[in-house]
Amino acid sequence: MGSSSSSRNKIPNAQELMDQTGFSSAHLLRLYDRFECLDRDNRGYLSPDDFEAVGGLAMNPIGGRIIDAFFSSGQDTVDFSSFVRILAHFRPTDRNRNKEGTQQELPNSRTRKLKFAFQLYDLDRDGKISREELLQVLRAMLGLQVTEEQLQSIAERAIQEADLDKDDAISFDEFKKSLEKVDIDTKMSIGFLK
Amino acid sequence: MPSRTVSHGSSGRLRGLFLVMVLVFLESSVFTLAFASSDQHSPTTAHSDGHKATDHGSHNNTGKAFPVLDLNYENVRVPFEISLWVLLASLMKLGFHLVPHLSNIVPESCLLIVVGLLVGGIIRGTGETVPPVLDSKLFFYILLPPIILDAGYFLPIRPFMENLGTILIFAVVGTLWNAFFVGGLLYGVCQIGTESSSILSRIGLLQCLLFGSIISAVDPVAVLAVFEEIHINELLHILVFGESLLNDAVTVVLYHLFEEFSGIGTVTLVKGFLGVISFFVVALGGVLVGVLYGILAAFTSRFTSHTRVIEPLFVFLYSYMAYLSAEIFHLSGIMALIACGAVMRPYVEANISHKSHTTIKYFLKMWSSVSETLIFIFLGVATVAGPHDWNWTFVTVTVILCLVARVIGVVGLTFIINKFRIVKLTTKDQFIIAYGGLRGAIAFSLGFLLEKDHFPEREIFLTAIITVIFFTVFVQGMTIKPLVELLAVKKKQEAKRSINEEIHTQFLDHLLTGIEDICGHYGHHHWKDKLNRFNKKYVKKCLIAGERSKEPQLIAFYHKMEMKQAIQLVESGGGIKLPSAMPSTVSMQNIQPRPPTKPAAERAIPQLSKTKEEEIRKILRTNLQRTRQRLRSYNRHTLVADPYEDGLSDLFLKKQKMFQIEKKVIFRMNHSGIKKAPNSRDEPVLCLHIPDNLANNQF
Repeated sequence: MGSSSSSRNKIPNAQELMDQTGFSSAHLLRLYDRFECLDRDNRGYLSPDDFEAVGGLAMNPIGGRIIDAFFSSGQDTVDFSSFVRILAHFRPTDRNRNKEGTQQELPNSRTRKLKFAFQLYDLDRDGKISREELLQVLRAMLGLQVTEEQLQSIAERAIQEADLDKDDAISFDEFKKSLEKVDIDTKMSIGFLK
Repeated sequence: MPSRTVSHGSSGRLRGLFLVMVLVFLESSVFTLAFASSDQHSPTTAHSDGHKATDHGSHNNTGKAFPVLDLNYENVRVPFEISLWVLLASLMKLGFHLVPHLSNIVPESCLLIVVGLLVGGIIRGTGETVPPVLDSKLFFYILLPPIILDAGYFLPIRPFMENLGTILIFAVVGTLWNAFFVGGLLYGVCQIGTESSSILSRIGLLQCLLFGSIISAVDPVAVLAVFEEIHINELLHILVFGESLLNDAVTVVLYHLFEEFSGIGTVTLVKGFLGVISFFVVALGGVLVGVLYGILAAFTSRFTSHTRVIEPLFVFLYSYMAYLSAEIFHLSGIMALIACGAVMRPYVEANISHKSHTTIKYFLKMWSSVSETLIFIFLGVATVAGPHDWNWTFVTVTVILCLVARVIGVVGLTFIINKFRIVKLTTKDQFIIAYGGLRGAIAFSLGFLLEKDHFPEREIFLTAIITVIFFTVFVQGMTIKPLVELLAVKKKQEAKRSINEEIHTQFLDHLLTGIEDICGHYGHHHWKDKLNRFNKKYVKKCLIAGERSKEPQLIAFYHKMEMKQAIQLVESGGGIKLPSAMPSTVSMQNIQPRPPTKPAAERAIPQLSKTKEEEIRKILRTNLQRTRQRLRSYNRHTLVADPYEDGLSDLFLKKQKMFQIEKKVIFRMNHSGIKKAPNSRDEPVLCLHIPDNLANNQF
């Protein structure tokens, strides 16, 4: 790659992106390389079939959902800044930084990470995971190995446990509560994106 | 504890009585042992004399009366002594918990060492020689394996694997650093600090390095004993404990290396290089042996469905064989044992019955508990036995150097490690890791193994080792609990995994794998995913019997939870009420005569109290696996139930009963055309799904 300054010029709004997402310029560069690699036709944006070309996603039970998460509603192209913003959710959190102030706005805070995961469940964006949505996820993950009855009972039990206001669906707060013992900061972080 | 529920006066008396009994027993056992050890002086002649005497006696006795009561201690001496020791250890363990507040302040390991000191003191006080109980063979082949197997079988795999890099660095680099630092500086002190004629200056560099390698290894037994009582958070526990397990390979290599070098006297570069290679051989070879035996055990357990009774035996035997086989080739036996236990566990647990699982768990806990107790008592006895050679300089310098080396090592390594970790280790964590570096009986046994002719300073070494062990176990062991409180270190969360956590964790695993694929980064999740796929496709098919091999992990977890809940329900008496509860509350009389012209607002189902509803709902769910679904044919084979399980057959009977009752209710309801209360949230769940055409009709 050329000198960092010239490469940085290739990236639109580099400084703004760095401030909003917390990535360093080295990371941004790496992500830009990856973006260009995925963008086979060099169009400057990514479409769903570019994502589908990525190897492991075809075998991933929720591969389709992940790809859809990159495309905000309606659009079918992803430019670099949206790409980076989504991936910023998976930056490891800095524990030493003080919690008030800027931390809340960064996309890799615990709440934002959980919100991202929640939106992958909640496809119709009504703010709740209904039983049907949960069933779909379970069906995707467990596939053909399980009977429909077992899936139903697992979904039933899951909603039983998590649903505190008895509305037969899991809201974001209930989702957060059921995961309070899991160390999300570690679980939803990629070391690459430090 | 049962005695607490009794009134204070009588519980005090009971306790006092028990303690008196223990003390009397202690005294008598000590005297028996003393008596027995005096017989050791001429065992063979006494034995043969005894035989001849009884022979002659029997001949002579043809004239005299037949001896009704005879005393023959010699035949049962060895098993009797062993049993006596074990009984003593167990009674001590019991006794500690009866004394109020003692077990809160002082960790058990300290108390046991004190008991050992007492016993040794009493034996010595009666003028007999103390038996050399901490014989290295006994320790390494009998006392140590149960503890390690218990640790390895129940090793929490996920945190272990996630922190494997950190653990390895601490175990390998940390131990090497400790060994060389302590050994090297000790040699320097011996040469410089003392006069040239004193015994210290005659200790060579290699001997010092050997001593350093013995003393530098963190001991798993001591760590387990102390850390189990302080309930520290999982990360720190697995870091210190994992380190204590994995540093065995380093210790074995260093020990043999320096022992051979000091025997021969010359060190060549080739030998040093071979030493490095032998480290990899020892470590990886040990793991390989363990994995091999683990796979064998898993494979064997596949066929045990007809002889459930000996299932636990296979687990123990294969693990012990793995340990011994590794020891044959001078490989790391501890790593073999850990690898064997960890590899075999998921497959064995899928194959064996519930009862065998409980048996294995309790046997392992029992053996490891007894072993641990015995080890600490023997440490106390061996301390009294000596022989000791106290050298102020050597001992104090050793203790100080050990502490300093540990602190510097941990801090330095953490600095490097934190660059690669996602979750950094804080200063508090580092302090606990450094403070938790306890030495124990392994160091003593290794020192005991040294031969006197090669190592004239053996006694100095042994004294120093014992002092370090005492220091770490007593001082660090006793103060770590208040320090943990003081520093507000995160404690272990007594979390019961819920089904939600399980689902979401798997979901997040898939998510992270996908994101890693998009980023093109072959990270942690990528390899874990690949391993899981390989496991599912090939390994599980071979090692798990029948249907269970295709069962996804989530389902297995779910069934485990359901089983637990069903067992709890039956134990609490809920299940027994089942057949009578159902018909009486949902009796046909209540439903049937209600005229269909009643307004839709009224519920067709009789009122139930909320708690009863919840109970019935739970019961239905656990027994029928569905509450709000269309009735379909109930497929028995989708349930992972072992037809040989007792207790489950009762559950099946109840299920059948429930099924029939439900069918009857549906039939009646369909016939009377009652409308189901539509999706009312806080209504009782006893609403069985009515076919759609009926539900749509307005009544």
